[in-house]
Amino acid sequence: MTTLVENATDAAEAAVRPLDRRRKGRRPSGWHLVLAPIALLFAIPFAQMFLAALSPAAELIQYPPPFIPSRLDLGGFTGLFGETDVLRWMVNTMLVSASAIVSHLVLCSLAGYGFARLRFRGRTFGIFAIIGTIMIPTQLLMIPTYILFSRLGLVDGLGAAIVPWLASAFGIFLMRQFFLSIPGELEEAGRIDGANRWQVFWHVVLPLAKPALATLAIFTLLSSWNDLVWPLIAINDEDAFTLQLGLANFQSTRRTQWELLMAGNVVATLPLILFFLFAQKQFVATMTLSGMKG
Amino acid sequence: MTIRERRRNAPAGTRSTRPGSRIARLKDDLGGWLFVAPATILVLGLSVFPAVWAFLLSLQEWDGFSEPEFIGGGNYSELLTDEDFFAAAQHTGLYTALFVPMSVLAGLFLAVALNRKIRFIGLYRTAIFVPFVASAAATGILSTYLFSPQYGLVNNVLRSLGLPTQGWLEDQAQAMLVIAIMSLWGQAAFTTVLYLAALQDVPAELMEAATLDGASRWQRFWQVVWPQLAPVTVFTAIWQTIGAIQLFDLVYTTTRGGPLDATKTIVYYLWEKAFRSLEFGYGSAVAYVLFGLTLLVTIGVVVYSRRRGTEAF
Repeated sequence: MTTLVENATDAAEAAVRPLDRRRKGRRPSGWHLVLAPIALLFAIPFAQMFLAALSPAAELIQYPPPFIPSRLDLGGFTGLFGETDVLRWMVNTMLVSASAIVSHLVLCSLAGYGFARLRFRGRTFGIFAIIGTIMIPTQLLMIPTYILFSRLGLVDGLGAAIVPWLASAFGIFLMRQFFLSIPGELEEAGRIDGANRWQVFWHVVLPLAKPALATLAIFTLLSSWNDLVWPLIAINDEDAFTLQLGLANFQSTRRTQWELLMAGNVVATLPLILFFLFAQKQFVATMTLSGMKG
Repeated sequence: MTIRERRRNAPAGTRSTRPGSRIARLKDDLGGWLFVAPATILVLGLSVFPAVWAFLLSLQEWDGFSEPEFIGGGNYSELLTDEDFFAAAQHTGLYTALFVPMSVLAGLFLAVALNRKIRFIGLYRTAIFVPFVASAAATGILSTYLFSPQYGLVNNVLRSLGLPTQGWLEDQAQAMLVIAIMSLWGQAAFTTVLYLAALQDVPAELMEAATLDGASRWQRFWQVVWPQLAPVTVFTAIWQTIGAIQLFDLVYTTTRGGPLDATKTIVYYLWEKAFRSLEFGYGSAVAYVLFGLTLLVTIGVVVYSRRRGTEAF
């Protein structure tokens, strides 16, 4: 029996299969002529970002500016860390993402397991209600959630950025599908050995769920790290800004300081780029399952 | 034995080992809810409850401070004659018409191109997939610089080719196109991965049979592979359309709706109404119209594809 997660992992494996060594004596494929320019085109924006972040400020507003700077200059980064609160925003973003990931992994796997495996009244209603909420667009929730958060006093701290990411319908659904796919005999064996529900969940089931948990963690990292809408509507206090909100704000306050803007961009994006390069397969599996960007 | 009891005694899952006991049953209920309640309360509390509240708000006129006034369908009938709203709907439509076909075709093309074992293929894939991690704020800054009329790389290339430079994000007619191109840069990975997965599932026997029948490579693709990909095409088209009619982030981080409102989308309009003019009631009505639109698109495409016999869901 294949499952959502296994399917996605298979697809991911197919998508990032290690490159095959070309056999000797065969002529190179004509597809290189198509793929190389496209890959280059896709690489340009990030290349521009790194190069501009390391450019002397004057060269970026030169006419025309060189794509490759004449010398490396860390002025963008010193300006960024010296003149702005970017360090604080980075800590804020890390706090948001860390609490989102921990909370997602704990709450969604508990709920996913409950809905997949335990028998209790209200289970069917609960799972249908949760799947139904996937259809509700964020935009519909912005106004009441803002009012709710401001009444709860969350809008002047990090709370507004954290609370929306503590759990998600997608996360519950993903974990439920995963738990439905593992054979029940393992749990029965655990029960016969005298373990209670919690022990079975913790010692038997959860260790099996690592691939699904990795997918969920990446999904949560990407969406909470990159989120702009919630911080934008619900954080007024500059001390509670996230990196994304700070960056978006730079665009109006530091419009002409391109080296600084690009350095900020590097700081906000490089962690995810590195993470992607190290865990490409898991990222692609996550992409297949969600398509959460948009 | 009642139906419920019979269901309970069916051999599935973890349940109490003492059938028929009322207390055991309550224990099961409590135990189950202990597992699911925290996440369920959070998810429903932050979606169903605000969704209902938004509907009540859409029937009111309220600025967040003074006494809310119940006006029934007033906000909705005002929307019908709101020229700014229709302009925003048009801009959203333009973006959707640009972005959705582009992203579906790009996904298909890139998947076909990447679906082979040649040298450097890992490098090509990585280059095309990495932009997926770029946030709207990062993409916004990059777009503003790359397409800057004065310093931008794009105009530089045009200049060195002897072609006329363009206004891009500062040009009313081109701004939306730039936003669509940069969205595509960040999201091509998603449609590509979906198509790649589907391409791997095309049965090899079908391809062999077509080859034996003398079909050319081109014919094999359009006659054999393309029909097999139909469910993915329907799915990505719906998914990308829903995303496109909800465009907000990238507009906020590039043009803020400009120049001259040319990129003001429905959600941007909603955001402005709600969080700039503090018209919470009117903003909620816009949100409900958007929700209705999303449902219509989804149902429309699903019904259409069912009629044509394509099972996407």
